Amino acid sequence: MQCIKLEYDVDGENFASAGHASESVKRTLKQMGVSPASVRRVAIAMYEGEINMVIHAHGGKAEAEIYPDRIDIYLKDSGPGIADIDLAMKAGYSTATENIRSLGFGAGMGLPNMKQYSDEMKIDSTVGVGTTVFLRVNF
Amino acid sequence: MPTLKTVVLDSEKCIGCITCMRRCPTEAIRIENGKAKIIYDKCINCGECVRSCKGGAKRPVYDSFDLVASYGYKIALPSPSLFGQFSNLNDPNYVIEGLLALGFDEVFEVGLAAELVTDCTKRLMQRQSLPRPVISTACPAVAELILLKFHELADQMLNVYAPAKIAAKLARKQALEKGIPADEIGIFFISPCPAKVYSLHKEEVSNEKYISGVLSQSDVYFRLVDKMNKITNPRKLGKCGYSGLGWGSSGGESNSLGLGNYIHCSGVRNVLGLLKEMSDGKLDGADFVELNMCPGGCVGGVLNVENPFIARNRMRQLAENMKIPPVTLEDYGLDESFFLWDKAPEPSTSFQLDTDRFAAMQKLMQVEEYLKKLPGIDCGACGAPTCRCHAEDVVTGGGTLNCVKLREVE
Repeated sequence: MQCIKLEYDVDGENFASAGHASESVKRTLKQMGVSPASVRRVAIAMYEGEINMVIHAHGGKAEAEIYPDRIDIYLKDSGPGIADIDLAMKAGYSTATENIRSLGFGAGMGLPNMKQYSDEMKIDSTVGVGTTVFLRVNF
Repeated sequence: MPTLKTVVLDSEKCIGCITCMRRCPTEAIRIENGKAKIIYDKCINCGECVRSCKGGAKRPVYDSFDLVASYGYKIALPSPSLFGQFSNLNDPNYVIEGLLALGFDEVFEVGLAAELVTDCTKRLMQRQSLPRPVISTACPAVAELILLKFHELADQMLNVYAPAKIAAKLARKQALEKGIPADEIGIFFISPCPAKVYSLHKEEVSNEKYISGVLSQSDVYFRLVDKMNKITNPRKLGKCGYSGLGWGSSGGESNSLGLGNYIHCSGVRNVLGLLKEMSDGKLDGADFVELNMCPGGCVGGVLNVENPFIARNRMRQLAENMKIPPVTLEDYGLDESFFLWDKAPEPSTSFQLDTDRFAAMQKLMQVEEYLKKLPGIDCGACGAPTCRCHAEDVVTGGGTLNCVKLREVE
C-alpha cells in the first residue's frame, strides 16, 4: 500500500531541537484530517521517543510511514542499548544522569508513555550496538 | 454569508516585500503580482501583518464613529487597555467622563465584566470538570488559532464568553430594564485589536445581538483626548477595580483567578511555542493557561496608540491606586449560565489539504516529492513564506513550481 514516508535526523546534542520530527509529523497528520485525539497520541509517543534518543543515545534517526488508517514509527539509534527491556518498561525506572534529571527529564516515564499512547510497540535492542523502537498508532 | 475582513490592503502602498508574509503565524499571506494577498480562510485576525508592515499598507477594518449617532441611547464599552493610553492619567473617571462628553449616554466598563468572568471562571475551575490545563479564550486570535491548527487542544478551551460580550449583554439587559426601547439601544465596543473587531462582528453585529458596532481604540482616542482635556472634576462613575483593569495586560486574567499553577504568555511566537508544547502533552499539571497574541497582552493590540509596555506601567499604577474590590455574580444577580457558550465553536478545516483523507494523502506525497527538489531556504521569492508552503500551494492550486533557485540550477 502507498504511504507517506518521512525521515528525520534527531540531533543528539540538542534538547531544544528534540520534537522537531514529531512536530513535522503532526503537521502532516493534521493536513490529512486525522482526528485530534490520534494526532495527540502520535505526538506524545513520538516526542517521548525523540527525547529518549537525545538523552540516552546521542540522537539517531526517526522514520515515519503514514497510511490512511495508521502510522508506523521507527526510532533507530546506535546508542548503548537496553540491557533489561522489562525493567526499562517499568514506570519510574530510569538510567538518566543527575544532570538530565535536573533538566526535568529522566523521570522514567518515556517508554511507559510510549506504550500507553501507541497501539503497538516493539523494542529491538542489543547492548553496545543500538536500539530500534517500533511504534504503531491506529487512527 | 459574506466573507468578513479585518485587515485589507492598500495596494498603492504595498511594495510586495515579504515582511508580513514571513511574520504571519498561520501562513495566510502570499505575494501575488507584487502585492501581499491575505488568504482569509487561514487568517486569525491577529494583526501581526499590520504591526509589521513598514509602509502602512495593511489597514485594519472597524466601524465608523459616525455609526454611533444613529442610535437614540448610546452605550460605550471601553476595554481595560484604553485606560493605559493617556499620559498623566491618575483617575479612570476622566476617561468615562470623556466618553460621555463624546455623546455616549452610558459607559459600561469591560473591566467590570472581566471581573464577573473571573468570578464565573473561578467557580468552574473549582468544580474540576474542565480538562486541564484550561486554556483562556479571552483572546479571540488565540481561539481562532486553536480552531485552525490545534484541534487537539479544542476541548481544553474555556467555554465562557469574553468580557466584551458579557459587558454588552449586561449593558443591554440593564438598559431594557430601565425601559429603553430595544431598537434605540446602540452598544459600541472600543477595541484594541482587529481580532476583537472580527469576532464580535461575526458573532454579534451580523446577527444583531448585543453589540451594534466595534470602534477602534486609536480612532476614539483622538476624539477623547480633546474632551478629556476640558474635564476638571470628574464624578466617581467607574465601578471597575484593580482586578478588571489588570485584564488589559498579559497575566491579568490568570492572576485574578488565585490559582497557584498557571502560565501566561504573550506574543505570536511565544503563543505558538507554548501551544506546541501543550499539544506534546508537556504542560500537564498546570491548571490554567492564559495566552495573548499581542505582546504584553491587549495593551499590545495594533489599534492602540501607546507603546504596550508604557501603557502597562500606567495601568499598573492606576490599578494600585484603586481600592475597589472585584465584583461577584451575586452583586449582579447572575448565575454561570449567563457566561457559558451557547455552543462550542467549530474547528476549521482550512489547514487540511483535502477533506477526503485519501486525496489529502496523495497531495501530501506530491508535496514531499516537490520538497526534494526545492532548496529549503524559505527565501520567499516565489511568493510563499516557506518552500513547503509553495509546494502545498502548487499541489492544491495547480500550476508548476516557481523557484528562482531551481531556475538557477537549470
